[in-house]
Amino acid sequence: MFDVDVWQEIFSTIKKNKLRTFLTGFSVAWGIFMLMILLGSGNGLQNGVKEQFAENSVNIMWMWTGDTSIPYQGLKEGRTIKFNNADYNFLKEKDEDLELVSSRYYLPGNIMYTYKNEYGSFETSSCHPALKEMEKVKLTSGRFINDLDLNESRKVIVLAENVRKALFKEEDAIGKYVKLNTVPFKVIGVSFDAKRRDGRTSYIPVSTAQRIFNGADRVHTFAITTKMVNTAEEADSITAKVRQGMAQRHKFDPKDKRAMGSFNMLAEYIRTMKIFQAIKIFVWIIGIGTLIAGIVGVSNIMLILVKERTREIGIRKALGASPASVITLVLLESILITTIAGYIGLLVGVGIMEGINYGLEQMLAAGGGERIFFRNPTVDFTTAITSMVILVVSGALAGYLPARKAANVKPIEALRDEN
Amino acid sequence: MIQISNLHKSYAMGSNSLHVLKGLNLEIEEGEFVSIMGSSGSGKSTLLNILGILDDYDRGTYYLGGKLIQGLNETKAAMTRNEMIGFIFQSFNLISFKNAMENVALPLYYQKVSRKKRNQIALEYLDRLGLKEWAGHLPSELSGGQKQRVAIARALISKPQIILADEPTGALDSATSFEVMDILKDINNQGKTVIIVTHEHDIAAMTKKIIRLKDGVIEEVIKNGDLQLFKERILTE
Repeated sequence: MFDVDVWQEIFSTIKKNKLRTFLTGFSVAWGIFMLMILLGSGNGLQNGVKEQFAENSVNIMWMWTGDTSIPYQGLKEGRTIKFNNADYNFLKEKDEDLELVSSRYYLPGNIMYTYKNEYGSFETSSCHPALKEMEKVKLTSGRFINDLDLNESRKVIVLAENVRKALFKEEDAIGKYVKLNTVPFKVIGVSFDAKRRDGRTSYIPVSTAQRIFNGADRVHTFAITTKMVNTAEEADSITAKVRQGMAQRHKFDPKDKRAMGSFNMLAEYIRTMKIFQAIKIFVWIIGIGTLIAGIVGVSNIMLILVKERTREIGIRKALGASPASVITLVLLESILITTIAGYIGLLVGVGIMEGINYGLEQMLAAGGGERIFFRNPTVDFTTAITSMVILVVSGALAGYLPARKAANVKPIEALRDEN
Repeated sequence: MIQISNLHKSYAMGSNSLHVLKGLNLEIEEGEFVSIMGSSGSGKSTLLNILGILDDYDRGTYYLGGKLIQGLNETKAAMTRNEMIGFIFQSFNLISFKNAMENVALPLYYQKVSRKKRNQIALEYLDRLGLKEWAGHLPSELSGGQKQRVAIARALISKPQIILADEPTGALDSATSFEVMDILKDINNQGKTVIIVTHEHDIAAMTKKIIRLKDGVIEEVIKNGDLQLFKERILTE
């Protein structure tokens, strides 16, 4: 197979038919190019959406309360449901489907932040230490709220980067005290979120918030992470179970969406990824279809080639060429054309997607494009290898029929003089 | 060298079958120079194809160099052709995109002789036929006579036991024809069995034995001594 002579034979025929070889190769290159572009775009879209999900843990779930809308066990509708600290303990201790739990107490009204002469009104969130992991809070300096802060209801605050900027300017905020209304809080960390420039959220321990702002044991919302599951149905059943538990504690119908609202990200995530899986399959079908068109082209050209070379093949057979050597000749030529052309298509396709990726990265680094649902639109190594294997196999397939035809050439018929 | 007895061959022509060779018997000794003649339809091409193992036959036996040639698969047939038979065709059948040397070397390629070695041998053979300077030329750059000489060199390079020539002078003018026949004569004088198929009497007359076919059997065999008589008879016909 790696006989120099065989390759010389093949190259001499390819050289003789440059245009035809180019056109044939082009159809294959185009097929694989389109496959790469489609796959890359699909990946880009998927990565973009994944990125959106990645703002939080994918298995996060939020719960909030409202007024009941369905009468339950003799109780009238329109009752206000309220979470409390006991619910936190219940979720934390009793439910084995849950991993992390953080409760939040909404601070009443607008809180005025003051540092020296600077002041402003900003949003404040109260939470448990677990929220850092659940909502992927990033810190530029200092630390997040810890268990000690929570247990001792310490007056500590993690400032949002833009709040820090507004109050402290160029000054280092860590260890300084900010007044929330009239209460001084010690700054322990600064959080930063590139995606939410206008989200001016600072964090204080939920226990502190309840104590200072007269919250008693009132909790407004819960953020929890559920255990990782693989199907949307499992995720939904976890949601149902959590709702069931809370419904029992607060006496409302588990189906009552107004009494208690909930959103399970994992179920949405799984559903969305399923859509992308479907898109991927679709893309492969289209890509393979395009590729098949190219391969049929190659097969067609090879058939013509064999027909044109019937006499030559006849001569070769008369001189002692075995059917196997004739098949090798045609098959290798077909594989050569498809592989080289396909490889070029692969390179160009991957190159363009990498170029787009580079442009995107530049844009993101420069601070723009956060609204673009498109990230890392590239094709991975395995896919590229798979495509190459498909190419070689399809080259062999494209060559097989013509090769068999060539091997069946009868020297007497090929050499018959037409006179 | 060649023993053929009771050879039958028919071709399917649609629903009919065309019986071409009808129990043909033929014996050719080593070192003979034979021409096979006959009008079209006499079966001479069919006989040549069978002799050249390009076609199979239906009944009878065919021994080539003591070896029974029967029911060979394609690979075996190709090997036997390569080793035992040198072909010369009317239309030369050189491969157009290969130069003279590569054309001559082709049979050795199928014997897996290394490129360098077979090209060297090919040059020797071209030299013998006075074509050394033309070794690098493509067939399209050669004259008819030169092409046929390249083809003869190609037929000889694998040192076959018989040379089969199908109308070797059919596409050549008479001067070149005689030149080619002289070369074939030389080859025969060196002890090689040469069989040519022709319909030209003067070409046939240059061989040492003429076999005339008619309706699928041998009509007559004219040996060396009778050739003079044959020539006269042709002239009167």
